This record gives sequence, structure tokens and C-alpha cells, in this order.
Amino acid sequence: MDFLRPASWEEALAAKAEHPTAVPIAGGTDVMVEINFDHRRPEYLLDLNRIAELSQWEVGEEKVVLGASVPYTQIIENLKTELPGLARASHTVASPQIRNRGGVGGNLGCASPAGDSHPALLASGAHVEVESQARGVRLIPIDEFYKGVKRNALEADELIRSVHIPKATGPQEFSKVGTRNAMVIAVCAFGLALHPEKRIVRTGIGSAAPTPVRAKAAEEFLNAALEEGGFWESRKIITPSIAKEFATLASGACNPIDDVRGTANYRRHAVGVMARRNLMWTWESYRGEGRKLEGAA
Amino acid sequence: MAGTTTGAPTNVTQKYNKGGIGESTLRPDGTLKVTGEFAYSSDMWHEDMLWGQTLRSTVAHAEIVSIDTTEALKMDGVYAVLTADDLPAAKNYGMEFQDTPVLAYGKVRHHGEPIALVAADHPETARRAAAKIVVEYRELPLITDEASALAEDAILVHENRDDHHSPFVPHPNIVHHQPIVRGNVEEAAKKADVIVTGEYTFGMQDQAFLGPESGLAVPAEDGGIDLYVATQWLHSDLKQIAPCLGLPEEKVRMTMSGVGGAFGGREDISMQIQASVLALRTGKPVKMVYNRTESFFGHVHRHPAKLYYEHGATKDGKLTHLKCKIVLDGGAYASSTASVVGNASSLSVGPYVVDNVDILAIGLYTNNPPCGAMRGFGAVQACFAYEAQMDKLAAKLGMDPVEFRQLNAMSEGTIMPTGQPVESPAPVAELLRRVKARPMPPERQWESSEGADVRALPGGLSNTTHGEGVVRGVGYAVGIKNVGFSEGFDDYSTAKIIMEVINGEPVVTVHTAMAEVGQGGVTIHAQIARTELGVQQVTIHPADTQVGSAGSTSAGRQTYMTGGAIKNSCELVRQQVLEIGRRKFGSYHPAWATEELLFEGGKVVTNSGEVLASLVDVLEDEVVSVEEEWRHQPTEAFDRVTGQGRGHVQYAFAAHRAVVEVDTELGLVKVIELACAQDVGKALNPLSVVGQIQGGTTQGLGVAVMEEIIVDPKTAKVRNASFTDYLLPTILDTPTIPVDYIEMADPKAPYGVRGIGEAPTLSSTPAVLAAIRAATGLELTKTPVRPEHITGT
Repeated sequence: MDFLRPASWEEALAAKAEHPTAVPIAGGTDVMVEINFDHRRPEYLLDLNRIAELSQWEVGEEKVVLGASVPYTQIIENLKTELPGLARASHTVASPQIRNRGGVGGNLGCASPAGDSHPALLASGAHVEVESQARGVRLIPIDEFYKGVKRNALEADELIRSVHIPKATGPQEFSKVGTRNAMVIAVCAFGLALHPEKRIVRTGIGSAAPTPVRAKAAEEFLNAALEEGGFWESRKIITPSIAKEFATLASGACNPIDDVRGTANYRRHAVGVMARRNLMWTWESYRGEGRKLEGAA
Repeated sequence: MAGTTTGAPTNVTQKYNKGGIGESTLRPDGTLKVTGEFAYSSDMWHEDMLWGQTLRSTVAHAEIVSIDTTEALKMDGVYAVLTADDLPAAKNYGMEFQDTPVLAYGKVRHHGEPIALVAADHPETARRAAAKIVVEYRELPLITDEASALAEDAILVHENRDDHHSPFVPHPNIVHHQPIVRGNVEEAAKKADVIVTGEYTFGMQDQAFLGPESGLAVPAEDGGIDLYVATQWLHSDLKQIAPCLGLPEEKVRMTMSGVGGAFGGREDISMQIQASVLALRTGKPVKMVYNRTESFFGHVHRHPAKLYYEHGATKDGKLTHLKCKIVLDGGAYASSTASVVGNASSLSVGPYVVDNVDILAIGLYTNNPPCGAMRGFGAVQACFAYEAQMDKLAAKLGMDPVEFRQLNAMSEGTIMPTGQPVESPAPVAELLRRVKARPMPPERQWESSEGADVRALPGGLSNTTHGEGVVRGVGYAVGIKNVGFSEGFDDYSTAKIIMEVINGEPVVTVHTAMAEVGQGGVTIHAQIARTELGVQQVTIHPADTQVGSAGSTSAGRQTYMTGGAIKNSCELVRQQVLEIGRRKFGSYHPAWATEELLFEGGKVVTNSGEVLASLVDVLEDEVVSVEEEWRHQPTEAFDRVTGQGRGHVQYAFAAHRAVVEVDTELGLVKVIELACAQDVGKALNPLSVVGQIQGGTTQGLGVAVMEEIIVDPKTAKVRNASFTDYLLPTILDTPTIPVDYIEMADPKAPYGVRGIGEAPTLSSTPAVLAAIRAATGLELTKTPVRPEHITGT
């Protein structure tokens, strides 16, 4: 195995162009596990740790450009106002040691359905910035990024540079079910973001289908119901029947398997419960913001 | 050294000595382990050493058609590739039965069985070479449970058994069976106003010690081998290793190296013989370290069990009878299955008075992973079942579950179902009273001024609930565990004590073969030596086979047994030192002629504290050394038909109260408090006592809600051999564990001690289960409880 150590982003792109089979490695929290278990023996490892810009982020007017290697710990500590859903999700990643090393770029590169950041990225409507030496930069909408079990939309000569994530304009939540209270791989997960400025709700489901997915039918139902009932303006309590239908449709968006971590039936059931709770929490906090606005006025 | 090393110690009781028994002296290995500086068996290195690697079976049951090592041998850096054909002497070993092949020959009987060994100059080379060995299998039908094991046409896991249980078992796929019959169950059942039955399933728990199997074998010039390993019992290893190497025992010199946890999983051999045969073959030192995945295949597990129980009780709450059958899955090789069967059977009633019993425990041979010793050893599975039964009975009678247990609790003098009387305190009702009397943690304890603290809720930081669906449950359980080796086993320990003057100070060396596996023996041994010999400087000699056996560090026996041996040898040293003193100074003071002389603060003193001489002056340049074996009271085998017999040495009792919050919609559990009350006899080191009880409690919690090796019933293959999917409790899963220990001395035990490490592992699991049942109203007959069981998905 050859270990490539580019000193700059340009060198990294050149290396990837020259060796399309090279596996990029940053925190190593996923790649090293694969190697240690002998699940893969890449010809080349492409070490991205010398490229400082990958560990930086920029908070803009409307979005955060998050470098691919920004460790989860930094997201939790510095971006919980701008990216509350992703910060919540980051907190559920493994152990403090892993959170100090791992970042969203690795989650996207690996594209495991169990990656903790996917539901939050789906719910917020992120774009993945990738680049190749030959064709330059492209922004892939997160909805088009996940292509199959551990497969993503990257070409062989492309590297993930950053993720463009819209700053939260409303409450966001994330829940993950595991059979232990910390340091656990997801049995299934759910993320939800309210986008009051667009008057829509977006969702993300983890570990309950071959790829991370949105609960599209649930979103469409909910968006229509909220619109129809004037909920966005009135900020009134969401009726139990709406929440229930939303949960049922979220369960329906799952296409899970039975495995050693949980049954398919349980995953469907748990996604429904999390969908309902995430909706109630975010909506309650949206209502709270409304009350604060009224109080100020 | 002149004088005899045998003889009865006097009845003199030493008084207080600084750093002696009863003090919470700190562990010498504590800081090193916390800071990562402790040298474990996997940290050893030898110049010019090779790395050993096993190749293990990928199927559970098959004939081995061929093994082709050609490609592996061709690799650069490979020094040896061995199969069963290359073994130098005996091909099988085993603790109780010699049924385990060093390397599989003829057939493989479980997934992950060792088939070949490689030695290479780099671990990666060894691993790759092993992967190049081609094994051709012809798969055989699988035996995976009682039905397939005992079917009329069942294939035999072991043909031609010749072990000592084989003439008595009803089927060759039964390792051992132990009935216990006492009283008249049929008659007693007629008097029962309520009868409660239950069928319970206990999952396969792993010891999951953090330090994987590892060690170093160094070939010696005399043709022997120096072996550095982490084990629970050096001398038992030695007895099994030497015949497989074709060497006399004195040519296999074993030294204990740093042990990273054991819990029963190091009682059997793992890499010891493998590294040794590679070292003998290559003439080079060979190091082996299993990785985490291999570790799951490298040691035995806790027996999964099916338990069928029927209890009766009168309407005023007195137990009338018990009928039960306990089926333990021993897996492919016997390990200590037969002893686990004896335990499960003889402790199946629990700490209760039941005069009429009809009990049967059996241990199966199957093609599942081999099972053997783990903390609690057969008593854990039984406790899970009988405590569920107690709750069901109390509910049916409309009684409080604690009061119902207290009404039936055993006490000193109770006759066990084996006919053996309980001859020391058994404060079962009192332990229950203590856990029940504790104040309850506040309701809705997760609420704070800043909203819900998710860390205090089921799901923890995964943020699955802010209180929705959460229901509290409270449950109780109590258990009984035997201490020491039972059923007529000649259980002894050996302690060599040396007393001499070094640099003007009296110094004591304690030399035993005791395995320090984390239980704190290194602290206790020095404390006993200080108490008995009145010195401050105590050196603990590394454990090795240059001194007699200490027996196993298991069954809660080491403080009792090696502690007892040290106390005994120290008393003999005291006598010899006093004889020297009398010889030198006897004429100076009449008190020298009395028996009641004590060693205190480095001096010989009278019972009233008058100093007769310093130990330095008495000893001068004489070295007093005593090596002596020490035994507990003898036990006897259980009768093969009636189960009657004085089989056990001592009993330990613990009770728990579990308080849990259950997210009833998601099926997630947060145990928020797990209070324990335990009789420890005498706390030689109170800090260690609390640590052992908290550790045992947590291990019991683990198997209640998450720990299980999952074996695919269709293939008998292990599906989760990693810490990603074999989950252990983290600190966020570990509740507050208030410990309330009482000290009711066992008059037969040294200082009155009671083995403490196992009892808390028994009652913790059923207490948690009872609490989850209370929260959910579900029957929950299987452990670990999974979210699917709670949510019905």
C-alpha cells in the first residue's frame, strides 16, 4: 500500500487524478476500521491531513461552508446556532476521541446508511462541493448524493472539499436509536428541520434504507397540511392526527433490513416515533419563538 | 531453614498493624493502568522474536477434507506453518475433559476453531500467510439446541467419549446432567394454592475483557520453554500445556504477565500451546496477540440457557415446591460445563427455603461456540429464572415482592436442596430490607431548569425522548452463589513467605502463583502479611510456577484461599521467628515463655503491649522461609441420582434494587440506580470491596439490556464478534450504584471473609428485568431485553 501525502489541495487533486483508486483518508475513523478488519486493501491511501483548509469553516450570510475534515467536536462547539441539527447529530457520533478526529467529509465519502450526519444534511438541504483536476468544482445537491449502499455520486477522480449547509432559519432536531446510551452505531436515525422562510419541513432518515433518504411523502403531506391549516402564521399546536399521519408516512419511507442491530419492523416503528417527536419538539420551539416575537412586539 | 514448616498455627490473633487488613490501601497497579503505562501481556517484546497467527474455521461443523499450506510456506518471512499433523505430542487438552484439539484434526466442531498456525517475522506477514492456507471442508449437519442434540438420529459432536461423566449421561451429546431430588414434589404440589410456571432464555454473554489473549513463548537452552502469559491459573495451564509439548512440567516455566481482565474467560487455555509449539518448532521466541475479533473466538463464553420452572405456594405465601429443568448450551467443547451444571443445579432454588424439589440441569455438546467459566458460573442463569418466578408468585398472591421473598428467605441452618446445611450467616431477608429501605431517586429526575437533560433519559445523548413515553419501574432481586471449588475438588492454595532483614528493616516477601486479574489480590496479600507479621515492607513476588499452585482466580476464592494460605504461612513464620527469639532472648524476659506474643510495628510484643525485642534483633541475618499449602474444608460430589451431598464450601449473598426509566414507545432503557446490599463477611479492603460489587453489578446490567453474542441458528456462526456490535455498558449506561455491605463473619473462613466478586453479578440482571417488567407490564422472559421485545416489533 502506498501512502500519498499531498501538501495542498491542488496536489491532492493531481494525486487523485493520477491514482483514481486512491482512498482519501482524513480522521481515519472509518477507513482505518475497514483496513484493520481487512475489509479493504486500497492500493493507495491519500492522506488529506496536511491540507489545512479542509479543517476550516466559513459562516456566510445564508450558509456555512464546512470543510470536509472539520472534526465533529468543532461543529458541536462552534456551529450549534447555525447548524443545530448537525451539531445534535455530531454529538451522537461515537466517543469524544472519535469526534476529535472524524468529520462530515468522511461520513459522505463512506456513504454508509448508518452515518450520523446524513439525516441532518438531508433535512437542511445541503450541497456537497466536490472537485476534480480535469473538470473543476461541482456542487452536488444532497438529495442526489447517495447512490446505493456505501456508494455516492463522486467520480473516481473527485475529492470532497466541503459541504455547503444553509444556516438554520427555524428549529432543527435529530434523534438516533441505538441499544446503548452512548457510543453506539445507529439502529436508525431521524432528522427534521423547519424552514419557516420557505414554509416547508424537510427530513432525513438514517439506517433504515440502503441509503440515507428523505421521508418525501411525509414531508409533502405535512407541508400541505401546515399550509392548508395556516399553521405557519398562526403557530398553533399541530393536531395529533397530523402528527400521527406524518409518523406513519415517515415509517413508510423506510426500506429497512433485519440485521444483528435490529429488525426491519422495529426500524420502521422507531422512525415513526422519532418523526413524531422531532416534529413536536421543533414545532413547540417554533411556537415558542412566536411567543417571544409577540412579547417583543 | 531449620525447623518444620508444618504444624498447626496458634490461635493468636494479631492486632492492628498499619496498612493491614481492613484498610483501603491503594493498588500498586492502579495509577499505571489509568495512565496507560501498565505492561500487559500484549506489550512484551523479545529480540529476534516471531509473530504467531492462527487460522480458524469458517464453518461450524465439517469434516476437514484437506489443508494446503503450500502457498503460505512460500511467503518471504514465514518460518513455520503447522497443522495438527505437525504437533509434537498430545493433540488434545482441556481443563476437565481433554476434548479440545490444539489444532483441529478430522473435523471442526465450531465456528472459529483453530486449524493451523503460522510464525512469521511480522504480524502482517503471518496474517497474510494464514489467509493463504486452503482448507477444504465437507459440511456436517449442525447441532444447535436441545432438540437437535438429543434427536434420535442426532450426529454426535464427540464420538467415543471416555471422560468421567460419559458412562452416566443419558445421551452422548450431554456433557453432564445433575438431578436433585428432595422431599416429595407431587405431594407438596397438592398443598399449593397457586402454581406458577415460566420458561426463560438467557443469552450468551462474553467476558469481553479489554486485554486480548496474548503472550510470549521463549525456547530455552535445556529444550524447555519459558512462557509469559496472562491467565487465571498458572498451574492448571501448566498441566495442560506440558503434555501437548511433550515436555516434563519442570521444563515449562510459566510467569504471569499483565492481565487485562478475565471474568472466567482466561481459565481455559488460549494461545499458550499455540505460541509454545511455534517456538519449539522455529527455535525462536514467538509472540501472539489475538485481535478483538479473534478474542471473541479465543475464549469460552457464558452458557446460554433455557430454564423451565414451576413453583407452588400456599395462599399465605409459603413456597411448597419447585420443579425445574435447566438446559445449558456448552458448545463444542466441554471446558467447565460439567461444573457449571453442578452449580446451576445445586443453586437453582435460590436463597429460599423449599423442602420439596425436583431439579435437573443438563449441559449440552453442540456446534455453538464453547462455553465455560464466567463470573457467576451457572448461578447467574438460575437466578434470572427463579427471581422472575418470585415476582410472578408474589403478583399472583397479591403480596409485596420483597415481603414474599423475605417470608421464604433462607437463613443460617437452612438445609439446601442438596441436603447440606448452611453453616454460616445467610442474612437474605436483611439484605432485601436494606435495599428496599433506601430512599428512591426523585421522579422525573431528568428535568432541570434548562429543560430535559437527555443524559438522564433513555437514549442518552442520542436525543430520542425528552420525557415522552417514559415510565419508571422498580424491581428487586436476591441471589446465592457458592464460593470456592465444589463437589469434592481438592481445592488448595500455596503461599511462600520469606522474612528477613534488609537494610536494617524487617522485610517480608509474599510469593504465590495467584493470578492478579484485577481483583486486587496484590493489595490484600500485602495487607495480610502486614497484619500477621507486623512489618511495613512487603514485597509481592511475581506469580510463577516456581512456587506451588494458588488455584484459580475464580469462584470468588482467592482472598479466601490464597489469603488463607498467606495467613497460615505467616503464622508459621511467626512461630519460627519466635523460636529464634526464644533461643536468643528467652532468658531476658519471662514473657518469652508465653504463647501470646504478637508482632507489632516491627517488634515482638506481649499481649499487653510490652516490647520484648525488635524483629531486626531477633532475625539478624537469618532468613525464615515457609512454603505451605492450605485447604478449605473438604466437600463431596453430588450424588448422580439424588443430587445429595455436601458439595459447597461457602455461600455469598447479594440483593439489588433497580430503578429504571423505560421509553415504552421506543423500547429503550435507562437504569438510573442499581442499589446493592451484600454480606461480605469481612471487608479486608473496603475500597476494593465496593469496586468489586459495582463492577459485578455493572456486568449484570450489561447482560440485562445489551450484552449478547449472537449466533445464527442456521449456521452456528457468530454474527457480532466486535465491540461495534457486542455492546458493553458505557459510563452513561452505568447508574449510580450505592453499595451497602455488611460484615457477618463466616467462622470457617480466614478473618471471616466471604468471596464477593460474583454474587452482585447474579441479582443485578433479574433486578433490572423486574424493573423493566414493572414499567412495561410485559412478561419479558429473555435476557438481554431488546427494544423489539418491549415494543413488540
